[in-house]
Amino acid sequence: MNRPAYKLALLGRDATLWVLTLLLVIAIGTVFPQFATLVGLKSVLDDTSILILLALAQMPVILTRSIDLSVAANLALTGMCAALFNHAFPDAGITAVIILSITIGTLLGAFNGALVWLLEVPPIVATLGTLAIYRGMVFVVSGGAWITNNKMSADFLNFVRADLLGLTLLSWLAITGSLLAYFGLKYTEVGRGFFVAGSNPEAALYAGINVPRMRFIAFTISGAVAGLAGYLWVSRFAIAYTDVAQGFELQVIAACVIGGVSIAGGYGTVTGVVAGCLFLGVIKNALPLVGISPFWQMAISGFVIVAAVILNARRGQSVRRRILEEPST
Amino acid sequence: MDGQLDLHAGEVTALIGENGAGKSTLVKILTGIYQPDSGVIQLDGAPVRIHSPADAQKLGISVIHQESVVFDDISVAENIFITARPTRCGLVDWAAMRHRATRILAQLETNIDPARPMRELSVAQKHLVQIARALSHDSRIVIMDEPTAALSHNEAQDLLRIIWRLKADGRAVLFISHKFEEVFAIADRYVVYRDGTAVGTGMVPGTSVDQLITLMVGRTVDQVFPPRSGQVGPEVLKLEGLCRKAEFADINLAVCQGEILGIYGLVGAGRSEVTQALFGLTTPDKGRVILGGHSIRIRNADEAIRLKIAYVPEDRQRQGAILPLSIQDNVALASLKSLSNLGFRNRLQTRRAAQQWIDRLQIKASSSVQSLEELSGGNQQKVVLAKWLQTDPKVLILDEPTKGIDVGSKAAVYKIVRELVQRGVAVILISSELPEILGMADRIAVMRRGRLRACFHRADATAEALVRAATDA
Amino acid sequence: MPGPRPHTDTAGSSPRWRSNMNLRHLARWEIVLTIFLACDLIINARMSPYFLNVWTLSDATFSFVEKAIVALPMALLVIAREIDISVSGTIALTSVAMGLAAKAGFGTFSLTVVGLATGLAAGAINGALVTRLGVSSIVATIGTMSLFRGVAYGILGDAVLKSYPQSFTFFGQGYVAGPISFEFVLFVLLALVFGVLLHLTIIGKRLYAMGANPVAAAHSGVKVDRYRFWLFVATGAASAVASILLTSRLGSTRPSIAQGWELEIISMVILGGVSVTGGRGTIVGVALAATLMGFVTFGLGLKNVPGIVMSIAVGTLLIAVAAVPAVSRRLSRRRSTHSTG
Repeated sequence: MNRPAYKLALLGRDATLWVLTLLLVIAIGTVFPQFATLVGLKSVLDDTSILILLALAQMPVILTRSIDLSVAANLALTGMCAALFNHAFPDAGITAVIILSITIGTLLGAFNGALVWLLEVPPIVATLGTLAIYRGMVFVVSGGAWITNNKMSADFLNFVRADLLGLTLLSWLAITGSLLAYFGLKYTEVGRGFFVAGSNPEAALYAGINVPRMRFIAFTISGAVAGLAGYLWVSRFAIAYTDVAQGFELQVIAACVIGGVSIAGGYGTVTGVVAGCLFLGVIKNALPLVGISPFWQMAISGFVIVAAVILNARRGQSVRRRILEEPST
Repeated sequence: MDGQLDLHAGEVTALIGENGAGKSTLVKILTGIYQPDSGVIQLDGAPVRIHSPADAQKLGISVIHQESVVFDDISVAENIFITARPTRCGLVDWAAMRHRATRILAQLETNIDPARPMRELSVAQKHLVQIARALSHDSRIVIMDEPTAALSHNEAQDLLRIIWRLKADGRAVLFISHKFEEVFAIADRYVVYRDGTAVGTGMVPGTSVDQLITLMVGRTVDQVFPPRSGQVGPEVLKLEGLCRKAEFADINLAVCQGEILGIYGLVGAGRSEVTQALFGLTTPDKGRVILGGHSIRIRNADEAIRLKIAYVPEDRQRQGAILPLSIQDNVALASLKSLSNLGFRNRLQTRRAAQQWIDRLQIKASSSVQSLEELSGGNQQKVVLAKWLQTDPKVLILDEPTKGIDVGSKAAVYKIVRELVQRGVAVILISSELPEILGMADRIAVMRRGRLRACFHRADATAEALVRAATDA
Repeated sequence: MPGPRPHTDTAGSSPRWRSNMNLRHLARWEIVLTIFLACDLIINARMSPYFLNVWTLSDATFSFVEKAIVALPMALLVIAREIDISVSGTIALTSVAMGLAAKAGFGTFSLTVVGLATGLAAGAINGALVTRLGVSSIVATIGTMSLFRGVAYGILGDAVLKSYPQSFTFFGQGYVAGPISFEFVLFVLLALVFGVLLHLTIIGKRLYAMGANPVAAAHSGVKVDRYRFWLFVATGAASAVASILLTSRLGSTRPSIAQGWELEIISMVILGGVSVTGGRGTIVGVALAATLMGFVTFGLGLKNVPGIVMSIAVGTLLIAVAAVPAVSRRLSRRRSTHSTG
């Protein structure tokens, strides 16, 4: 048989989400034609790019049976640092800013990883703690001040908006990130290691995988991407302040879970995560069009998360092993 | 432990010993998980150091563990090559992986599709994949730790044939087993461990089961099963036409006071599923349960306990014992109501009860507040048994009660069961060990693939008859 | 990389200290917390001359007691290996419900009923998600967190609800006797109730068993799903109580009310010695931890340290506490490898 049943089943898992998203776009597009145009869709992609990057970075973390609640705080801190750096050294160039952001983010992520690996702190506790610490540090570092676009250099602001073949650089970053994530998780030893570590942590030792070390790597990656996202966010919204991306970590985790990443570890697909992000992105961008007050946005995405999570839980339930054979006589 | 072991190429060496005798430690040293404090490991006469599983693999040593070391979320092929994925330019080469996996699986005469996710495979198939993994490393030394524990009779025979093939290929096989029939069927050499030391070694044809047991236990063990006595009373429990979709159908069983009903069958025959439905952990779709003449419906374990039914589950670690808790807390868990006043725990009563069971079952522990994780497997099982005995059951279901415990503890369990039966308790004994079920049960029911195939009285039950009923093609 | 610790299979050969360690370890934990508390009181008194005044101390209790009340059932939840991240969402939703009821002219008693009902409903939703629909509690409550607070935002937008009756303010601002506030008395009572429940009753034993090994507990007759469900309901109810106290104290409702409280509440639980992996912890510990955190933040507040900077202290404390078992294990391992040959 060329296309075994289970392969179709796996495809079906992600396909439903893509189809749902597509239907949503079509549905909204019929009432608000500007939504379903190329321009409209590109804008949705642009708006969702940061979520895509963060969700893909969160994926290895969840795969290894951990969770990173500090990503938004990490993002805010690195974004503020990037903005402050840019304000102090406007001629340093965009590369320096990006390198700085990624470095700081990596260090923050590595700190989480070290807590989990070396001090054996459970991931939820470690990242709840660093969530508070990093968020507080934004205030300390900035003195509570806001950095607005008139304090940002042109380079700083233009990078994410630069147009390349019709899409913004930000969108391209999301696309590149998706491809990197796909290939990394499928074709590198480290990538496969995440799946192994999460699928059976007790046995992973026999397979030569050091599970705590894998988690360290996952947290570091999550931090590095959050660092980059910090600059991207601050640049895109042209503002840096203490409450940047407040609560965004829940969106990131929700996107992963909606995208079919198992919270029990060991299973997840890049296509699923991207679909989950786009799904949330479409809803978020459709709400103002449909005339729903932005105040309801949180409730709606919360509802969507709960619904998706219920459906995922249903799908994940184990099937009874078939012992009984049908009567033959 | 003080270990000594000689393995020869092209030979199967059986490693025999009770639980806690040091077999697992030895294996873990050979596979690089533990480091020896002293002593030397020599390969082809040259000393080697095994610091990690990777080292062991490089030296050509691979192991198939008792519990499947498999990763359910990834494919069969990747499971086979889990420690050494084929790569091209540093990247995983999936095509090569699939190719080589297919070849190795063909060597094992199985048609498992390498692209399938591991979780869809049966226990026996998962074992085969682990063997495939050992073959993929081209290992010179293959260690198998109780490989047939979860296999059916036929699957075990297939495995023995594969071991024969490994032997013929010139590999050395270290075969750890409790099953003497298999040892005598396949092993060339034996080594017996007791209390951490090698106490005897030799060629298998030159020894006997009795000799091996004597070496294992350090004393002659002539009678393991206490003699039967006492009257069988009226029927106390009856299952009528019990069915559960995909699990079992048309189960008609009855057990009387003071009787032991054995249920024999291969692993996966559905026996535990029947008793779990009886105990209220799952709900049957059809059929009746009649207790003491009344038709009843048991919706959860709590109701079953209140009806004086007790169930000692098969999987001690997962379903029976709560390791971080103390012995006391474990023993009291199913009887909390009776060990309390108006919902408030009676600590004195609880402690006394726990101590009583420690004495009666000869549980080796420092005190009743000792944490369960510090006890040996056999003693843990005794605590689990104590928990259920504390509920003062009228019907006691034992699901593989002596799996993985040492001979001494086994004897203690059998003795207690006999005493209970003499006092009128009805016992349902699920077992895959022929000597145990033939030695203990008054009547034996045989299940296969979810249905009852035969029922024997003790007098008519022979090992062949049971196995034939359980494997009837 | 150090390998796993050798675990011998024979009885009694493991070090004896481990069996008593649980008991001693726990009592040691409470003692450590008490020492920290004493130190903090001394430091606070040094920093602010009027600190040791009974009225100041009473003021200090107000904020943390509200969180501590939620920490009580939360501790039971975590012991049973679950978690509820949606508590601050429930507080917000409850407050909005009460605000609307107050606007519609409801009296204090009816307001309280409305508040409690909202909390119970929210808890029941969480409980149903986890027990009926099989969703893992962390994911479920992340969802309901957004849902509850989102509804609060949706209903209220950026408005404020203020029309609470005068008698309603007693809950959050009233005193029972002298400087002892109603909030404090309520907390002490609830702590006693939960303490007795957890440590003296069979319900408590079942919760510990559930947290340590849910499958074995179920096999032993513990109605695991039922307990889980009611724990979530209890947490919802406690969140409602906290909301009543908080709203009454503030005299108003904003949708952003109690933002970030889940972090502090969970911190109180973990700081109190409850293990995230389940099966371990005491109410005394949680109460002490809540008090410690409360006085630390109050002291910092007297020094005008902004709230967000205080959370750095809370986060650090949380991580430090969670790292203690591993650190002490490493130290003892080093000690034992030095003593053995």
